[in-house]
Order: sequence, then structure tokens, then C-alpha cells
Amino acid sequence: MLELAALTAFFMLVQYMITVGILNQYYQINLTSMCINIILAVSLNLINGFTGQLSLGHAGFMAVGAYSSVVMTQMLGQPFIIGILAACLSAALAGFVIGVPTLRLRGDYLAIATLGFGEIIRVVLQNIDYIGGPAGIVGISKLTTWTWLFAGTVVSTLVIVNLINSSYGRAIISIREDEIASEVMGINTTRYKVLAFVVGALFAGFAGALYAHYFYIIKPETFSFLKSFDVLVMVVLGGLGSTTGAVIAAVFITVLTAALQTFPAVRMILYALILIIVMIYRPQGLMGNREFSLKIFG
Amino acid sequence: MLEVKDIDVYYGAIHALKKLSITIEKGKIVTLIGANGAGKTTTLKTISGLIRPRSGSITFKNVDITRTAPEKIVAMGISQVPEGRRVFSAMTVLENLEMGAYLRRDKKEVEMDMEKVFTRFPRLKERRKQLAGTLSGGEQQMLAIGRALMAQPELLLMDEPSMGLAPLLVKEIFEIIQDINSQGTTILLVEQNAHMALSIADNAYVMETGEIVLQGTAKELMNSEEVKRAYLGG
Ligand SMILES: Nc1ncnc2c1ncn2[C@@H]1O[C@H](COP(=O)(O)OP(=O)(O)OP(=O)(O)O)[C@@H](O)[C@H]1O
Ligand SMILES: [Mg+2]
Repeated sequence: MLELAALTAFFMLVQYMITVGILNQYYQINLTSMCINIILAVSLNLINGFTGQLSLGHAGFMAVGAYSSVVMTQMLGQPFIIGILAACLSAALAGFVIGVPTLRLRGDYLAIATLGFGEIIRVVLQNIDYIGGPAGIVGISKLTTWTWLFAGTVVSTLVIVNLINSSYGRAIISIREDEIASEVMGINTTRYKVLAFVVGALFAGFAGALYAHYFYIIKPETFSFLKSFDVLVMVVLGGLGSTTGAVIAAVFITVLTAALQTFPAVRMILYALILIIVMIYRPQGLMGNREFSLKIFG
Repeated sequence: MLEVKDIDVYYGAIHALKKLSITIEKGKIVTLIGANGAGKTTTLKTISGLIRPRSGSITFKNVDITRTAPEKIVAMGISQVPEGRRVFSAMTVLENLEMGAYLRRDKKEVEMDMEKVFTRFPRLKERRKQLAGTLSGGEQQMLAIGRALMAQPELLLMDEPSMGLAPLLVKEIFEIIQDINSQGTTILLVEQNAHMALSIADNAYVMETGEIVLQGTAKELMNSEEVKRAYLGG
């Protein structure tokens, strides 16, 4: 109850600050990135952290979501909610199509397949004139409001945390712990791996829709491997298998990126440094697999 | 109860099991012994449905399970204590035991079985909130056995439960196996410790490079010159 009140208060406070203009454009942009990054990190963490399957193509699913939502709202004149649903469904479908054949196999096939997927989707988008080819789509209406961002972030996090705490979540974690043992326990490991992967992809698609309808323009380049890598850094930094860690790391990386906006090269060097330092001094990430307990998230 | 008939299993080009046949009667302890790499683990994995035989058949309680999914096989009453224990190390003892009962929906009975496991292994009860990865080797083996029992198996497959344990603990584990069996669970026991295994088993099979080379009652094999020479150090 207390958490709900705190969240509501936070929402209203920010809304108020936006309305009266205390939060200027610059802060709003960063706030938006922060929310989108949280959704991306929490959903990738479900795949990489909790299920233990290495996915390197999160930006690809984001692209699928971004483009399908924009096709819905800009080209077909549908309301935003339809665009969001289309984003979630198409990204989930893409996840299903990639997940089913690769997750049957043990090993690193998923990493290879998702890496390939991320690149292929970009090339495909570049070659479809209907959606602008390499130039992308410009002039997307700004439908992503603070309400959408806030609700989207909370709902994504809640859904994933509840999934993890359900009996499905137990099965998912047991696969990461020891795939053979969980098979021996009678867990259909492929099914649960696909489930986690599809849910993760779905929320990446959702994040893509929110992104497209805030930043006015989307290009295939926006969703390159570098974006996937960004999200991966957040997950590793936060601690594989800690949702709290993913959220904290997403916030931290967003702030860092904003601070270093004028020095993009420095940012990549810093990323590499942070990763090396984390690997040496805290290989389990900031949070390990621990969580701050927030009852509303239980 | 279990009838493995002429199964052939391959890993790529490696012919791991060659026309292997094993019969297990209800209520018995059957042991499968053999040197490293003979194919014992492969046999258990094939029975559990984790590996598919290229030919041959497996029937359990008169039902053909040769192509049945692993989770269905567990639900039918075959569970396994895998080689090397394989406990879920980041989960607590209690959570590990709950995983063993993952497919069961009868909450009350699951709780009763949990109590039974705790009665059998008081040390697990004391440590039920402890992370499984921090248990000693012997405790982890007990947990692996407890976890397999939580599936309410009629047939329990055990893959080298004495591996890496001190002699006193080995003795304890074998007593536990006998006790589980006396309470009605049929057991297929894979062991390197041939002497101990033969001393508690009813029937035994000896494997070499994917084939059964000897079989009989445990007593017969214990007195067989070949077994004495190759496995009992005599
Ligand atoms: N996944 C695999 N891929 C390829 N070959 C395998 C695989 N697993 C086992 N083998 C091979 O199959 C043969 C039988 O292995 P298995 O593990 O069944 O032996 P084992 O009798 O259990 O041995 P140990 O007593 O050492 O546990 C070995 O030659 C092994 O190298
Ligand atoms: Mg073995």
C-alpha cells in the first residue's frame, strides 16, 4: 500500500513539474530515455539474467516494435493503443519465431541467432521503401506522454517480477541453475525458455513503440548492435538476475550517457572500463541476484 | 515394471549403447556397474527420455515410453538422482525440494512428503533455508535424493550416489537407499562402488563399452571370477 502511494506521489509530482515547466525539455528527454531503458533492461534481464540465455539482439525487437507501431499510427491512422498492441505482438511473434528453433538446442545458438537477427532486421528495414528505407520515418506524432511512460515502466516491471515469483519463474530460474537437473525434475525446459524469451521480446517491442512516439524520428540505424550492447551493459552492471539491479543500472547508464552526450567516444571507453571493473571487483554485478523487497512488486 | 529392450543410442557417430536390454521387477534394487565411459549415465538418461534411442523400446508399467517427453515420464513415476548431484545451488534447500514436486498439484500430499524427507534427512530440515550451493557434498547428495523423492517415484534412478563421499557417508547413503526401497520404491542404481552396490542389490548388470557383458542375481555376480577380478579388486 505504502509503495503504491509512493509511486502515485512520484507520478503526480513529475506530472506537476512538467505542467508548470520546472522540468524543461532536456530533463524530460532524459526522463523518457530512463523509462525506456528501464523497460529494456528489465526485459533483457528476464532472458539473460533469470533464464541464463544470452540474447544479443534486444534492439532488434525494439525495432520491430517501433516500426510496427508507427505503421499503425502514422500510416494506417490507428490510435496509439493499437500501435502499442501491434508493437508488443509483432515483437513477441519475432521472439517466438527465433526462439523456438534455437532454444531447443543447448549452448550458444541463441546468441548467434539473435546477433544475426539484429543485423538482418536492420538490413530489411533499410530496404523497404514503404517505411522510409535507410532514412527512416520522420515526423512521428508525439503520443508518448509521461502517463504512458510511467504506467508502461511500472506495468512492465510488475509483470516481469510477478512472472519471476510465480511457479513459472521457479522453472525459469532452475533452467539457469542447471538445465539437466530441471529436465530431470520434469520441467519442459524449451517451453519455459521460449516463454521467457517471448515475454522479453514483447516488452522490448513495447519500449520501441514508446521510443518512436517520443523522439519524432526512427531510422534502422537507431536499433543497431550498439543499442543492444547498451542494454546488455545495464543488465550485467546491475547483476544478472536482479530486477532491482537492472533498474538501478538503467538509471545510472542513462544519466551517464546524458552527461557524456558531447563525447560519444568517451562513453564507449567508459562502458568498457566499467565492465572490466565490474568483472574484476564485482562479477555478480551491483546487486548480485538480490532484490530490494518492495511489497507491491511481490 | 521397466523393460528396456535392444536399445541403440548414438552421440553423433559414437555408438554409446549397443542393443542394450535391462529388466527391472517391481520392488527390487537393480544395480548397473561398469567402468568409466561404459554408458551407464547414457542408459539412465535414455530411460528418463533425455536422449532418444535410435532403435529398440522402453516400456514402463506396460506403457511404451520410448518416445515420451521427459516431463511425462516423471509424471508417470520415474525420477532421477542425476550424476554429480546437480542441486540448484542458488536456491534454498526447501526450494530445491519444491522443484522436485514441480509437476504435482496435490499440495497436501506434497507437504506430507516434504515432512517425510525431513524425517529421513534431519540435517536438511535444520538447513532448509540455506542455499544448496553452500551444503557439503554429502548434504548435497541427500538433497538430490530428497528432491527426487519429492516426485513420488515408483522407480528411482540413481547415478553414482556415493561418488566423492567419505566411506562413512557412503555407508549411510547405501542404508538410505535400502530404506527407500523397503518402503516400496523400485531402484535402479548405477555405481562404481561395485562391492557396496552388489551387497544391497537383488539383481545386477555389468556394462562394458555400451554393452551388457554379464547379468544375474547380485549374489551370482559377487562370486563371479570376472567381476571379482575387474570390479572388486580381487
Ligand atoms: N553428450 C555427449 N556427446 C558425445 N559423447 C558422449 C556424450 N555423453 C557421453 N558420451 C560418450 O558416451 C560414452 C558413455 O558415456 P556415459 O557418460 O554414459 O558413461 P558412464 O558409464 O556414465 O561413465 P562414468 O562412470 O564415467 O560416469 C562415453 O564414451 C562418453 O564419452
Ligand atoms: Mg556416468
